[in-house]
Amino acid sequence: MFDLDRWREIFQSINKNRLRSVMSGFTVAFAILLFTLLFGIVSGLSNSFKSAFADDAQNAMFVRVWKTSKPYKGLQTGRRVQLKNSDYNYVTEEYASKIEYQSSRIYKNFSIKYKSEASSYTVMAVNPDHQFLEKTIINEGRYLNERDLREASKVIVIGRLIKKDLFGERPALGKRVNMNGSSFLIIGIFSDDGGDNEERKAFIPLSTAQRMYGNNDYISQIALGYNPDLSLDAAVAFGNQLERDLRNKLNIHPDDQSALSVRNMAEANKGVGQFMGILYAIVILIGSGTLIAGIIGISNIMIFVIKERTKEFGIRKALGAKPSSIVAMVVQESILITALAGYFGLSLGTYILSLIGNSLEEKYFIKDPSVSPGIVIGATIVLILSGLIAGYLPAKKAANIKPIVALRAD
Amino acid sequence: MIKIEKLHKSYPIGKDSLHVLKGIDLHIKEGEFVSIMGSSGSGKSTLLNIVGLLDVHDEGTYYLNGQLIKDMNEKKAALLRNKFLGFVFQSFNLISYKTALENVALPLYYKGMNRKERLEVALDYLEKVGLKDWANHLPNELSGGQKQRVAIARALVTKPKVVLADEPTGALDSTTTDSVMDLLKDINDEGMTVFVITHEEEVAEQTKRIVRLKDGLIISDELTKASKAV
Repeated sequence: MFDLDRWREIFQSINKNRLRSVMSGFTVAFAILLFTLLFGIVSGLSNSFKSAFADDAQNAMFVRVWKTSKPYKGLQTGRRVQLKNSDYNYVTEEYASKIEYQSSRIYKNFSIKYKSEASSYTVMAVNPDHQFLEKTIINEGRYLNERDLREASKVIVIGRLIKKDLFGERPALGKRVNMNGSSFLIIGIFSDDGGDNEERKAFIPLSTAQRMYGNNDYISQIALGYNPDLSLDAAVAFGNQLERDLRNKLNIHPDDQSALSVRNMAEANKGVGQFMGILYAIVILIGSGTLIAGIIGISNIMIFVIKERTKEFGIRKALGAKPSSIVAMVVQESILITALAGYFGLSLGTYILSLIGNSLEEKYFIKDPSVSPGIVIGATIVLILSGLIAGYLPAKKAANIKPIVALRAD
Repeated sequence: MIKIEKLHKSYPIGKDSLHVLKGIDLHIKEGEFVSIMGSSGSGKSTLLNIVGLLDVHDEGTYYLNGQLIKDMNEKKAALLRNKFLGFVFQSFNLISYKTALENVALPLYYKGMNRKERLEVALDYLEKVGLKDWANHLPNELSGGQKQRVAIARALVTKPKVVLADEPTGALDSTTTDSVMDLLKDINDEGMTVFVITHEEEVAEQTKRIVRLKDGLIISDELTKASKAV
């Protein structure tokens, strides 16, 4: 199939007719450029949404309580709702099959002190599963374990930035810090993708906190990770069911949103999924519209070009060119132009996207915009096909004109 | 070489048809130098187009080099044109973006000759028509006479059996007309069949046989002084 002489003919034809080659190339390059930018920007938006939820596990659910806002069963408005260990045990036993991870949470604010350095930090008392719910990444040492919980050990896992604040570059693992008058052993140092605030937290065993600070069985929140085998809809239903069940158990009005709520990542995921789906659909619509416009553009130019070259084809045929060799020449020229121009548009598009990088993240929520190789390959195939069609139909027609008619054309 | 019997050709014009050739009988032997004369509308160009396989006839028989021309498709016609025929047109019909040398080499490309060889052959033929020094010029840098000589070189480059020239001097002044006619005479002297269409008496007189057409019929067919002189 590779015919050096034919390519030489094609290059000569392109080179000697630069204006028309550039014109037909331009529409394609422009269409692909727009297509690339559109796709890149939407993928950037999608990346932003994904990273916004990167802090916590994708399957996380949080049961939170405040004060009641509606009277119920003779209980007054403004009653403070309190979760207890018994509620945690009830939930984890009742819904065991739907739960992957489970942890209680108590929030405290304590000053942590090492030698002369001291600062105030959020300290969370949790169960070992909490590591997975919060997507805590252990850099050194280990996370809390069941034994720490059973023995109510005075151990602490600190965030990377707490270590930096108190220890600087010095090692912190195995050192003891003073927290609210008690000495805690640092057993682990963690990092978190959720940002700086997440890395200025510390974790201690739940039992330790309950015993030392209040000596009660109160908890602030119940954090769960729903079973990932559940569909998004089933997970949303599970969250709603849990919410109704707990309101009933804690004597809260069924509609009292401000007394108890379940924040369910499944709902957010579902929403984001739908939103991104619609956005992609719009982009595919606009993108293919642009591509089609580009294809129609090349077709028009090819029709014009072939009309202009009808006489040349007549001469070539008088000199012994077969119709097939004329069609092949035009089609190859058309494919070459569309492919080259498309590649140029694609390269320019990806280059612009790489220039944008993360600079639009703050204002426009576009993070690391890029196009996937699949899209690139797909667009290239569409281009080559369109070049083929755009060239083939008019060339076939021109090649079948009788040479005598073609020679008469001007 | 060319044998035509009872050739008819009509062109449809709306509902009617225009009967252009009304039964032509013509026999041209190898090595002849024939001119077809006639006023415009006499059917001489149509005859040349049919002989040159650029158009098809309706009725009658046509043998080219002993081969019956019938039911030609474009592919077969292209092969025959490339093998047996060379064309010279009134308006030269050179490809404007190719140099003189590339124009001459083009028929050899369709013959399947490799590039180096065909450029060498083409240069030989340009030399033959006295334009070796103009090989790398584009057609619009050449005079009319030079263009026609390039076209003649292109017609000859495949060593065809017949050279068909449609008003080859129609666009030229008298000096260049003579040089082009001299060239055609030289070609004929080398044994090639040359078939010229013209409406200029001076041009026709330089050929060896004049066939006069009127209203689609041959009205006279005679040898010229030039043929008797040889």
